[in-house]
Amino acid sequence: MRAQFVLSEIGVGLRRNLTMTFAVVVSVALSLALFGGALLMSEQVSVMKDYWYDKVNVSIFLCNKNDAATTPKCVKGAATAQQRDQIKGDLQKMDIVQNVHYETSDEAFKHYKERYGDSPIAATITPDQMPESFRVKLKDPEKYQVVATAFAGRDGVQSVQDQRDILQNLFDLMSGMRIAALGVMALMLVIALMLIVNTVRVSAFSRRRETGIMRLVGASSFYIQMPFIMEAAFAGLIGGAVACAMLLVGRYFLIDHGLALAQKMELVNFIGWDAVLSKLPLVLAIGLLMPAIAAFIALRKYLRV
Amino acid sequence: MVHPVIRFDNVSKTYPKQNRPALRDVSLEIEKGEFVFLVGSSGSGKSTFLRLLLREERTSHGMVHVLGKDLARLSNWKVPQMRRQLGTVFQDFRLLPNKTVAQNVAFAQEVIGKPRGETRKAVPQVLDLVGLGGKEDRMPGELSGGEQQRVAIARAFVNRPMLLIADEPTGNLDPQTSVGIMKLLDRINRTGTTVVMATHDQNIVDQMRKRVIELEKGRLVRDQARGVYGYQH
Repeated sequence: MRAQFVLSEIGVGLRRNLTMTFAVVVSVALSLALFGGALLMSEQVSVMKDYWYDKVNVSIFLCNKNDAATTPKCVKGAATAQQRDQIKGDLQKMDIVQNVHYETSDEAFKHYKERYGDSPIAATITPDQMPESFRVKLKDPEKYQVVATAFAGRDGVQSVQDQRDILQNLFDLMSGMRIAALGVMALMLVIALMLIVNTVRVSAFSRRRETGIMRLVGASSFYIQMPFIMEAAFAGLIGGAVACAMLLVGRYFLIDHGLALAQKMELVNFIGWDAVLSKLPLVLAIGLLMPAIAAFIALRKYLRV
Repeated sequence: MVHPVIRFDNVSKTYPKQNRPALRDVSLEIEKGEFVFLVGSSGSGKSTFLRLLLREERTSHGMVHVLGKDLARLSNWKVPQMRRQLGTVFQDFRLLPNKTVAQNVAFAQEVIGKPRGETRKAVPQVLDLVGLGGKEDRMPGELSGGEQQRVAIARAFVNRPMLLIADEPTGNLDPQTSVGIMKLLDRINRTGTTVVMATHDQNIVDQMRKRVIELEKGRLVRDQARGVYGYQH
C-alpha cells in the first residue's frame, strides 16, 4: 500500500468536488454542533438539578385555626400539639428523610416579612395567620411522592408541597430545548448523509475510468474504495472540528462573555470548560466515522469492484 | 500437473431478461503459449466469452477454468488476485488522459501495491519492449492511436501476466499501424504469454496463421489450428 499514492488520490477527489465537499463539511458541522449542544444542555440540567435539589425542601403545612373555614381538610380546626408530635416522630422514622426542621408561625412570619416586607399585603398579615410547617430535607429529592402520600391525608395537615415543582418548569423548558436541538440535529444528519451519498456517487462517476482500470489490473476492492471513504471521512473530520469550534465559541459567548449569562444569573451555576472539552472527542469521532460508513454503503451501490 | 490456461466445459451464458443465450454449450481448451484469434460477427458471443474469462460475468451453465482455477468457485475477494495474472487490452485504449505514458503504465503496479523500486525498473523496460522508449513523459493525447495502444499493451504486460486478453486491439487503427501492433503481440506471445484476441480484422487473421476459434450465435462453429478468417461479409 502506498500512502503517497492514496493521499494524492484523495486530494484530487476533494478538489474536484469542492462545492460538494463544502456542503458536506457545513452540514456535518451543524448537525454535530447541535448534537454537542444537546449533550451539554442535558449536562447543564443535571448540574442545576444537583445544585438546586440540595437546597429545596418538601414542606408539610399544618392546619392553622383560620383554615377551618377555607380548607376542607382542616374542618377540625388547628393542628393539635399531639398531631404535630406524631408527624414529627413519623418523619424522623423514615429512611429517606435526611433532616426535619420545624418552622413556627413566628418564623414563617419573619421569613415572609423578609421577602415581601414592603408590599401592601404583607402589612395586613399577622403572625398567627401564618401556618406552622415542617421543612423536610430528603436524601433523594426524587422520593417526594413517598412523603406526599404518607402525610397528605392526615388530620391536621393542610397540604404537602414540593418546592421542586417550581424548578420543574425551568427544567422542562430546558429539556424541551434539548429535544428540539436533537430534532434539528436529526434533520441535519439526514441532509449530511444524503449529501455524502450524492458526493460519493458523483465522485465514483467522475472517476469511473480510473476505477475501471484499477479493477482490470486487479486492485483489491478495498484499495479501490479507500480513496472515496477517506475523502468522506476527511470532510467529516473537518466538519467535526468546525463543530468543536462552534461549541467552544458558543460556551464562551453564552456564559462568560457576550451574553454573559454567568453574570446575569448569579444563582445558576453553569457547566465548566471541562464539560465542553470532554464532549469534543466524541464529536470528532462521530464526524470521522459517520461519513466514512455512509460512503462505504453508498459505494456498494454506485461503484463496481 | 499442467493445467490448460483456459478451459471451457459446456459453457452457456444467458443474460437476465433475455431469451436467447449469448453462449451455448461451448467447450474448448487453450494451452500455455498459444496465440488464439476469436472471430465472429457482432453478437456472436465474443465479448461474453472475454467477460467470462475476466469474471466480469459468471456462467449460467458449465465451468470456466482460467489458469487452473474454477471461476465459479472463486470467492469475490480473490478475483483481484486472479486478474493480476491477466493483462487486458481494449479497442478504446482506456488510458488515463491526465497521466503521462510512464504514469499510465506505473498505475497498473501502484494500485496493486508493488514496491516503488520495482516500478521504477519495470516501467522503462516494458516501454522499451513496446517501442516507446523516450516517450515516457508524453501525455496520451499527444500520441497517435497506434502509440496509445502500445501504452495500453505496456500497461497490460508490465505485471508479466500469464494470459493477455485483447478485445479488438486494432479496431481503431489503420492497417499499417495494426501490423505493428500485431508484431508486438506476437513478440509478447513468444515470451510464453498466452494471447487471446477477439477481432474483425480479416487481413490480420489470414496473415498470422494462428489458431482461430469462430463463434456464431453463441455456438462454437470452428476451431482450427493455423486458420484463416473464414466467413465472408
